[in-house]
Amino acid sequence: MADLVNLTIDGKAVAVPKGTLIVDAAKTIQNDIPVFCYHPKLKPVGMCRMCLVEIGTPKMDPATRQVVKDDKGVVVIAWQPKLNTACTTPVSEGMAVRTQTTVVSDAREDVLEFLLTSHPLDCPICDKGGECPLQNLTLEHGPGNSRFEYENKQHNAKHVPLGDLIYLDRERCIQCSRCIRFQDDIADDHVLQFHERGRHMEIITLSEPGFDSYFSGNTSDICPVGALTTADFRFKARPWELGSSPSVCNHCAVGCNTTLNTRLDTKTGINEIKRVMPRQNEQVNEIWLCDKGRFVHHYTRAGDRLQKPLIRQNGQLVETTWERALDLVSSKLLGASSVAAVIGDRIANEDAHLLTKLVNSNAKGETRLSPALPASYADLARDYGVGVGFDMKQLGKGDVIVVVNGDVEEQAPVWFLRLRQAVVDRGAKLIVSNHRGTKLHRYAAHIARYEQGMAAQWAAQTDDAALSTEELTKARNVLFVFGDEKLDAVSARGLAQILVGKLVAAGQIGKPNSGLLPLYPHGNTQGVFDIVAGTRHSGNPGVLSVDVAWLVGVGDTSDAPKARFSVVSELFMTALASVADVVLPALSFAEREGTYTSGDRRVQRFYRALPAVGQAKPDWWAVQEVARRMGFVWNFASPAQIFTDLAANVSYYSGLGYEVLAKTESQWPPVGRDDLYYGGTGYENDGGIGVRYASNPSVISAPTLPKMITSMSDLKGPARKLYQTGELIKRSDVMQTHIE
Amino acid sequence: MLKDKYKDRIAAIFAKYPPERKRSAVMPLLDIAQEEYGYCTEEAMREVAELCGIDPTEVKSVVGFYTMYYEKKVGKYVIDVCDDLPCVLRGADKFVNYCEQKLGIKAGETTPDGKITLNVVMCLAACDRAPMCQVNTAYHYDLTPDKFDKLVIELKKG
Amino acid sequence: MEKHILLRDLDVPNIRDLAVYSQHEGYAAWKKAVTGMKPDEVITVVKDSGLRGRGGAGFPAGVKWSFIPKDVFPKYVTVNCDESEPGTFKDHHLIRHNPHQVIEGTALCAYAIGANVAYIYCRGEFREPAYELQKAIDDAYAAGLLGKNLFGSNYSLDIYVHLGAGAYICGEESALLESLEGKIGQPRLKPPFPAVSGLYSKPTVINNVETLANVPPIVLNGSAWYKQWGTEKSPGVKLFSVCGHVKNPGNYELPLGKYSIQELLEMAGGSMTGRPIKAVLPAGSSSPIIPASNFHAKLDYEAMAAIGSVLGSCSWIFMDDSVDMVWAARKMIRFFKHESCGKCTPCREGTHWALSVYDKLLSGKGTIEDVNLIGEVNKQIIGKCFCPLGEFATSSMTFTLKHFKQDYVDFIDQKKGGSDVYLKELARDHHLHELHSGVVSVNGIKVH
Repeated sequence: MADLVNLTIDGKAVAVPKGTLIVDAAKTIQNDIPVFCYHPKLKPVGMCRMCLVEIGTPKMDPATRQVVKDDKGVVVIAWQPKLNTACTTPVSEGMAVRTQTTVVSDAREDVLEFLLTSHPLDCPICDKGGECPLQNLTLEHGPGNSRFEYENKQHNAKHVPLGDLIYLDRERCIQCSRCIRFQDDIADDHVLQFHERGRHMEIITLSEPGFDSYFSGNTSDICPVGALTTADFRFKARPWELGSSPSVCNHCAVGCNTTLNTRLDTKTGINEIKRVMPRQNEQVNEIWLCDKGRFVHHYTRAGDRLQKPLIRQNGQLVETTWERALDLVSSKLLGASSVAAVIGDRIANEDAHLLTKLVNSNAKGETRLSPALPASYADLARDYGVGVGFDMKQLGKGDVIVVVNGDVEEQAPVWFLRLRQAVVDRGAKLIVSNHRGTKLHRYAAHIARYEQGMAAQWAAQTDDAALSTEELTKARNVLFVFGDEKLDAVSARGLAQILVGKLVAAGQIGKPNSGLLPLYPHGNTQGVFDIVAGTRHSGNPGVLSVDVAWLVGVGDTSDAPKARFSVVSELFMTALASVADVVLPALSFAEREGTYTSGDRRVQRFYRALPAVGQAKPDWWAVQEVARRMGFVWNFASPAQIFTDLAANVSYYSGLGYEVLAKTESQWPPVGRDDLYYGGTGYENDGGIGVRYASNPSVISAPTLPKMITSMSDLKGPARKLYQTGELIKRSDVMQTHIE
Repeated sequence: MLKDKYKDRIAAIFAKYPPERKRSAVMPLLDIAQEEYGYCTEEAMREVAELCGIDPTEVKSVVGFYTMYYEKKVGKYVIDVCDDLPCVLRGADKFVNYCEQKLGIKAGETTPDGKITLNVVMCLAACDRAPMCQVNTAYHYDLTPDKFDKLVIELKKG
Repeated sequence: MEKHILLRDLDVPNIRDLAVYSQHEGYAAWKKAVTGMKPDEVITVVKDSGLRGRGGAGFPAGVKWSFIPKDVFPKYVTVNCDESEPGTFKDHHLIRHNPHQVIEGTALCAYAIGANVAYIYCRGEFREPAYELQKAIDDAYAAGLLGKNLFGSNYSLDIYVHLGAGAYICGEESALLESLEGKIGQPRLKPPFPAVSGLYSKPTVINNVETLANVPPIVLNGSAWYKQWGTEKSPGVKLFSVCGHVKNPGNYELPLGKYSIQELLEMAGGSMTGRPIKAVLPAGSSSPIIPASNFHAKLDYEAMAAIGSVLGSCSWIFMDDSVDMVWAARKMIRFFKHESCGKCTPCREGTHWALSVYDKLLSGKGTIEDVNLIGEVNKQIIGKCFCPLGEFATSSMTFTLKHFKQDYVDFIDQKKGGSDVYLKELARDHHLHELHSGVVSVNGIKVH
């Protein structure tokens, strides 16, 4: 490659792309230059001075402008008189770097001794202890003892709440500004800043409420000391006591990869999630998480989780055994002339598949997605979605991102971060069209407005030059991000169709980074749709009445069918559950394994992190048990086997399986290793980065409005907010003040 | 509200900077806020933030960095006596002692009547005329106990 | 010298008034440039004059101007009037007593680089002189010397005064730009340099007040005229702020390289106390101290370097033999600790630590180990800081230890620490520190 630059680091040859910083170049050859302020996701600032190294460049003869060589023909290196920061210096051809000399190790020791003069050294009671960059680097590079007199240490208030989610320990802070820069440059919520100066400098917020950002938890991950801790995790556990299991967040369409840190709670005696951490997936969430994904997990151990099956007797729901409940459900299904399954969009693919398989054995069996509205356009999102090679990080100059009728920060927070960077840092052109303001409006090159509910009409009629076929054809890629807010099914589908039409007209079909990107309500909307779409399904629940309905994970949906007998599989006693004939206790995502399909069609595995609650069982197990009682010979021993069956039946998933989904690849920048100081305490990806299945734009050449959805035109998509109340978020104490 | 009371001055300040660089007006606007309220109140910081289109945290950060912004109430007059090296060579230390004795307070404190805050500060770029001080915006040079007495009488009147 | 070039107020009463200034060739260079010279010609004459930056670094002004790209718009001129180095008071004098010459110099710089806007950044404490400067600018506008289509040309220029609010670091050019953009004054990473990406990320020239005050006479009279003063490498005249233990402190305008330190001392009337002068800081607290044995050195950039010091901003703090260098060094470290912006670790933590050791010495509890520790802490700071100001902080330690080590030894041996004067000084600083850190809550005065 022409743009590679050659240099040597401690005599070892390295070739890295032009513009690479020395610290990153060293990283590629496992030379860990210690850093505090530098973070590979943030712009370099060179503040902490920990990464000082010796830097030299080929000596030039000023007269001839030629490189000077010694007698042996070796290029003479002109070493800079002073040490310089590896985190701010880009590599140059022929550069030589020394990282292991006495002068460098002395400098590291000096800087550490300086940092420790103000540090309380309270590692034994610090949440960061055990995964603390300052602690680790002090052991590796620091002085054995400090000559600074302990009595002269400054004492500041500890545990200052910046908001109700993040606490600041001012004594531990080493003023690296990573948190400030994350908020300024990544989240664009400028709610953390330095106050005062010099030795008095400290982190403050004056936002109302404090630390007002959906992304605050990330600052705790990248804080290189124990200065920023989450209200959720502080004083809860030591890092080395925690179990960790790869998982996937199901709260929105992004599908952020997470690691669930679990531990037995000594007070309650139960194993529980102590914290949810980002798990690196550069294709999905990089190393970030929104605060909802991080802090809503408490419902998994809520005291009101359903623990036993319930059946209705004399008008009352009473506890029963699984045997009795399953017998009852199977007998009702066998006798039913019409059956419907309604499957919530946070239900795993495996469970959705098995239930769909069962219900479709009934001649009048129907399966549906809940909420129903996305079913009106999910086929278009699937077939005209972004390409298999889609990479949000590659969006930049020449690309056009059009956000229509969606609020990306509220509805897919991590996509907001990534789309914003594509626009602000890399020069993609953003067009925002909405009936109301959103945070993305700040970066829009072009803004369009329409009346609430009129998105499709606007898209159909707009003569906006920015959206002309000519302009869209010129673009390198065109990405349509869209939502169903305040749209009925006809309009929602209509909007998707018009967007597809624009893609087709502009020749933007079949490119990895062009296509539709839907702002679905939850983490498996696409997956459940994909499964039910291949069978008899309808989006007509309000009207339908059936003999038996089985509702799985639908919460308090308004689109439940009328049924003579209803079965509800749930985590909690929802309003729908309370009027059901049978209630089956389900397992949460943390207590089982499975797969979800994200809004950009990435199929991802999540793993079991916790034991079951009470007698609760995974939905697929209950379905299989019912099926067996009905005479089916099913012997699925695990979700993996069910997925194999799914892949054999749903063509889009063919070729996929648990093994391929568990594959990882090396990612840049490396995080989650022993060198926590480099990337933070987020986790390395050890559970699989997932696979995006191919879109299929040839399926519908000229999309037309299907008839079946017209009768549900009264259902309108909600204006979803990140923290709007729901069954899950309301059970998280730390989120209480945020719930809208 | 500052934006109503000082409409013209604020407009004149914004006119100095490119329209998309409203943030440059933070410090001049804080000067107005401090003039109006005596110190930079949290409310004032929020007002300035709104005027400049930035987060109040960013305004507070500026207030905290620069020594001339006060975040708590100070005397009507703040007497800043320079006690940096060049001034002390010319007697500023003894002069501060005198000021403390005269006002009955220590440097950093405010007289009980709320009139005068005495403060010692770093170099004020008038080393040739030490001892010297700045009272709010005004420089006073070649100070002696006698001159200081007269100054205090004037300030107490005001 | 026959007539002053910069301190013209000493020769011409009321030259601060536009009418008087105009009668004495005021704005003649400005009119000459806009009506008869190409911008590049202005750069050339300044370059040829050899005028070096008077803020301290001594970089040739015309060369700096020539770095500004021609094809990027807009560009800016920013005038550094953040004069805050202890011992410096020359820019204060110029904007107060000869403001139009500063304005004219600023205008010429703007014209030369093709900028239509210039900001004069005055330290916040210069509120009164800044108001006067603003009045001078208003007068210049009223006289058609600033504003749109000057002298019938298509060149327009606006000059604005921008006030800081108390931060030494804003004298560092990139910190000044941050401050002017409404942020805290922490220096920027370089590169990019201001000539490429300065104010609002646009090409920007930042010059000291005194530097620009030299420009009108140079443009009017030519580079050869200017070079009749000074040396080959340090042409022209320079303001010398003289203070400390001298009889006649004040600003002196002298040709570079003509006089020695001793002669400067004599011009300022010699020792104020009658005691022998022990040493001088030639460029404020940040400069290497010069013992009296080196007072023979000539006053130019090269001669000062030859004796291991700097000409810098030319703020001469003379000290007689009553001054204990341990005390003086502490006073200077206190300043740098107070003014450390906090951005980089060595300056932020090192000055704090060093001051705490000096405090221990002054309190009478210090030992010779503590003296050695000061040397060690100092070495730990040197060469590791983000910006030059961190490095400046070390000069007081490095050079008092180098030239006056005996003061430190005597300080310990003769138990000079713990005297009433020192204890009072420490108690005052300590009290202010407590007030500031909220231990005692009296008011909001900041003490760093």
